[in-house]
Order: sequence, then C-alpha cells, then structure tokens
Amino acid sequence: MIDTSPNLVLVAVVVVLVTAGVYLLLERSLSRVLLGVIILGNGVNLLFLVAGGAAGGAPIIGQTPEGQMSDPLPQAMVLTAIVITLGMTAFLLAMAYRSWQLNGHDEVQDDLEDRRIARRAAADLAAFEDSDAVGATNLDEDAAEVRDETGSDDEPPVPADTPADASAPATGGDAR
Amino acid sequence: MNVVDLSDLSWVVPLPVVLPLFAAGLALALWRHGRAQGVISVVALSLVLISSVTLLIAADSGPLVLDVGGWAAPVGIDLVADRLSTLMLTVSSAVTLCVLIYSIAQGVEDGDAETPIAIFHPTYLILTAGVSNAFLSGDLFNLYVGFEILLAASYVLITLGGTGERIRAGTIYVVVSLLSSVIFLLAIALVYSATGTVNLAQLGERLPDVDPGIQLVLQLLLLLAFGIKAAIFPLSAWLPDSYPTAPAPVTAVFAGLLTKVGVYAIIRTQTLLFPDGRLDDLLMWAALATMLVGVLGAVAQNDIKRLVSFTLVSHIGYMIFGIALSSEAGLAAAVFYVTHHITVQTALFLVVGLIERRGGSTSLDKLGGLAKIAPVLAILFFVPAMNLAGIPPLSGFLGKAGLLQAGVAQGTPLSYALVGGAVVTSLLTLYAIVKAWNKAFWQTAPDEPAPMRLPRGMVGPAAALVGFGLALTVLAGPLMSFTERAAATLRDPGQYISAVLPDGGRGAGLSDDVAEDAGAGDNP
Repeated sequence: MIDTSPNLVLVAVVVVLVTAGVYLLLERSLSRVLLGVIILGNGVNLLFLVAGGAAGGAPIIGQTPEGQMSDPLPQAMVLTAIVITLGMTAFLLAMAYRSWQLNGHDEVQDDLEDRRIARRAAADLAAFEDSDAVGATNLDEDAAEVRDETGSDDEPPVPADTPADASAPATGGDAR
Repeated sequence: MNVVDLSDLSWVVPLPVVLPLFAAGLALALWRHGRAQGVISVVALSLVLISSVTLLIAADSGPLVLDVGGWAAPVGIDLVADRLSTLMLTVSSAVTLCVLIYSIAQGVEDGDAETPIAIFHPTYLILTAGVSNAFLSGDLFNLYVGFEILLAASYVLITLGGTGERIRAGTIYVVVSLLSSVIFLLAIALVYSATGTVNLAQLGERLPDVDPGIQLVLQLLLLLAFGIKAAIFPLSAWLPDSYPTAPAPVTAVFAGLLTKVGVYAIIRTQTLLFPDGRLDDLLMWAALATMLVGVLGAVAQNDIKRLVSFTLVSHIGYMIFGIALSSEAGLAAAVFYVTHHITVQTALFLVVGLIERRGGSTSLDKLGGLAKIAPVLAILFFVPAMNLAGIPPLSGFLGKAGLLQAGVAQGTPLSYALVGGAVVTSLLTLYAIVKAWNKAFWQTAPDEPAPMRLPRGMVGPAAALVGFGLALTVLAGPLMSFTERAAATLRDPGQYISAVLPDGGRGAGLSDDVAEDAGAGDNP
C-alpha cells in the first residue's frame, strides 16, 4: 500500500491559502472578495490532494500494480471543483464590473436592515423635535422616508418643504 | 442486457435531472423565440412532474437505484429515489411548473421580449435540474454538484436585469452561498480522507467506525454548510436581505425550494450518516432561535415581501425541530411540514407578487382597500396566510400539531421549551400575517390604485398552488401515513444501504457487465 499519511508541506500550503482567502473574503471591495473566493477554493482543492494520499503510479489496471496506484477519485473531484470555481469566478467578476458600472465602485453596500435602523433612529429624533413646530405632513414625509427601501444612494431624497435641520441627522446616521 | 423492463422503473430516475438540462440547451438555442422557449419549458417541466409522480408511486414499495453509466455503487455514482426524495421531487416539480406558468404570463403581460427573458427559461430549467439532482443524489459529491447547479442558476436569477438593488442583494447572496459551498467542499474532502468514500450508503456503513471526535467535526461541518443554505439562525441573516429584491416568481421559487433543499440535505445526512443524534440538542437550540428570531423579524416589518421572507426563516425552525427530535414521529412531522411549507410559501410569494402588481407597492403603508377592489386576491392571500399561521383545519395546523405531539412525546425539558416556542411562533406569525392582511386589504387606501385586471395567467397558477395547499389538507391522512413510512425508512438506514449496496457483484463496486471486463484485466 502507498503511504496515506498527510503531506505536511501540502497541509501548510492549505493553511496559508485558507487563511488568506478568509481574510480577503472579509474585505468590502468585491474584487478582493473575488480573490478571496479563488484563493479559498484553491486551498480546499489542495486539501483534496492531501486526502488522496501520496502520489503513486497511474491508476490504470495492467500498467501499475494495484498497491502502488494513485487514488484517482480526489483528482476527479478536484477537477470538478476547479471547473465550478471557474464559473463562479466569472460570475463574480461580471457582478463586480456591473457594480462598478452602476456605482463607480465595487464595494459591498450596507446591510439594508442596519441602514434602516440607523435611519429610523435619526428620523425618530427629527420627528420628535419637529412634531409640534411643523405639523402632520412633515411627520408623514419623515415616515415615508424611513420606509424608503428602494434608494441605494447614501442620501435619502430630502422632501422640498422639510426643514434642513430635520434631514441632517438622517444622513448623518448613514455614515459608516 | 439492458432491455427496458416496465416493472423495473429505475430508468425513470434520471429523467427529472436530464429532461430540464436538455430542455435548457434547446431553449438557449432558441433564444430569439420567446414563445417556443415557453412551450419547451412547460413541456419539460410537465414531463418532470409526470416522472416524479411515477417515481413517488414506485418508490413506495422500495428505493429505486440507478447506477449512472453502468458502474455500480461504491465506484460509480448512483441516483437513489426513496420515499423522502420522491416526495420532495413531486412537490418541487409541481411548484416549479406553477411558478413557470405564472412567470410566462407575467412576461406576456409586461410585453418584454427583451434580453432578460431570453436567459430566464434556460436558467430556470437548470435550476430545476439542480434541485432534482440534489434530491436524487446518492453520493455526497454529486449532492455538492447538484447544489452548485442550482446555486449557479439562482445567482443568475437573483441578479436578473442587473439593476442596482439586485446587484446589491445578489452580492450578499452570492458571497454567502459561495462560502457555504466552500465549507461543503471542505467537509467532503475531510469525509473522504476519513472514510475513503463519498457514496452516501457506504458512508453510512463506514462512518460509525470512525473516531467519534472526527465524526463530530464532519457532522458540524456538514451542518454548517447546509445550515447556511437552509437559513437556520444564526446563519439566516442573508435571506431576508436578498430574496425580496428578485422578481416575484423568482423569489417564490427560491423561498419554496432552495432552503428546503438545504433542509432535505440535513435530513439525509443526519439520518443516514449520523444516526446516533449527538448534536440533537444543538439543533434544538438552533431551531428555537430560528423560530423566534425569524418571527420577531417578521413582526417588525412594514414591507409585505420582507415580512413573508422573515416568516420563511422562522418556519425553517419547525422543520429543524422535527429533525432534532430524531424520533420517527418527529421526522414524519418534519417531512410533512416541508411538503406543506413548500406549497404554502411559494403560493404566498406568488400572491404577494399579485398584490404588488395590483396595489402598486409592497409597503403596507401604501397598500389598502384591496379587499374591495380585488376580492379574489383577498381570498388567494387569506387561505395560504392562515395556512402558514397554522389555523385549523389547514395543513399547517396538522403539521404543527404533529410536531408538537412528537415534541411532547420526547418529554425532555428542552423539547417542552421547543413546543412552547413553536406555539408562540405560530401566534406571532398569525399576528404578523393579520397585520399585513388588515393593512393591505382593509385599511382605506392612501391613494386608489389605477383600475386594472389581473392577468388570468398569473392568477391561475397562484390559485392552483393555493388549491394544492388545500388538497394537502384534504389528503393529509394519506400524506401523513406516507411521511410516516418515509420516516420509518429514514430511521432504518440499513434499508437504504442494502438497496444501494446489495451483496454480491455490486458490493465489490462493479456492475455485472463491468465485472467481466475487470476480471479479465486482473489476469492479463
């Protein structure tokens, strides 16, 4: 039988790749996330080679004695995984490009819920301060602004007759 | 040698995977002809539905196994259709067909023969093929491939059209899904190095001999990978943020099916690979947190699409609860609940799409008065909504009652806590749903939406799905006894293993015909 104990060098490379991949995955820029996915995927692919044990002869009956063959299955799985990673990379690239087309950058945007909470807190404050002075229409507009989920821009549209100070904290709340 | 034998239906097993793939290729080639694409898709998915029902009937008398390429089990890849997978397959193909007709009608109504539609049909068919492959796979790596097929298609569908909002939501969805795929792949590599196989049946034989510590690592990794896909708290935050932005039919099919594929994978691996149930307590806690956090999220929402997305998360908790009980009754109720939930959740999302169309918004503050102007829509919303909340006598109630019964039968403090949590979640779901119902249908409309007729092609499939949900209620008796039989099979992995790896020639990994060649090769 061939040696099945893990190859330490390979394991070390896997560790480095996975670490770097996870680090990049936590970045905000989509192109770095993309690099992270590639590196992480390659790290896991290498792990399959570790799983296959040491290299032996070509796994063809009649060419290599049975005990000295390489394990062909992990290689087949790695090939499949590489092809899948390639497809995903292409898709992520396209998405990063589209994001750059639309926004001029490829940064992953804020979580919708986070932003809503920040905006709601700010708008609550504004509504509380202005409710006596300004009247019901502005309250409604504030509320409408809070519920505005479609806007991907950082600054919510300011209603025409809202006092400037009412919208100031709302935009301030979005700053990350 | 391989004469088609009508009594042996294993040749039907690959059809749900192969047919949509062929149809996808055909539809892509005909990208200029929207109408032809529609016909191809509908025909393909109808055939898938027919073959799924055939399999459902055939698999009730024992699992069907097909060795792909004539290579038998441990060496070749096999597709296995047992009671659980055929039930999932049947429900999913019925649901995908309804959603397809709905989306065709929507496309016709909007009059867009433009680019997004050209890729919609092929992508949708590939999604179906991926889902079927995941359900039928008897091999861990093939399960991964099935997941990747359906995920790749879902990436395209969720970013369809490439608007800013969809790219934002798509980024979250894609990155989270990619991470879960990498974790799944990592788990497969470790499983392979621990056992030397990725065949599920053989894993079921070999894993019990593996060191318990390593088993635990493998189990946790697999649960982590599937937990992200199934949106179990704390791995669920991506779902309500990304699903609602997609077009209504896409959201509907994602909500109905994709999370359930994760749940299916959990059921399969927990029962077949790790039947000792060491992580049941962890799953129980996760189920409790999923239910409560999800439903509290739903209560806080003011947008009907997001509200329904949050209820989706919370109801995943019920299924995990049933799995974590790891008793026959619990599993049977969980499988029943999955069946019920696929139909009801998809129907709800389709109806929400209709509400958005009729009322011009999904925000509960801008909607109103729909009960008067669209009474049919009100009925279509009311029935699945009450079904989701678990009002007797609908199937949601029956599923929940089954789960609660199984939980009480377990009798541990934790299972009682879960029973309590499930009841609270059910009530809070009712609260959230009634809030949406009151605001969208009964409050005076802030501004009257323009009068319009809802297209019949969209109302029809939505109504069909609502009716399907009601049929599940009427047929709850036979369905429950079917899921009980399915659970009995699941609780006895030996049955699955011996179906895939019967002794003799197949046990050695070679089909009869291949065995002769290999025998010749051994003695040159």
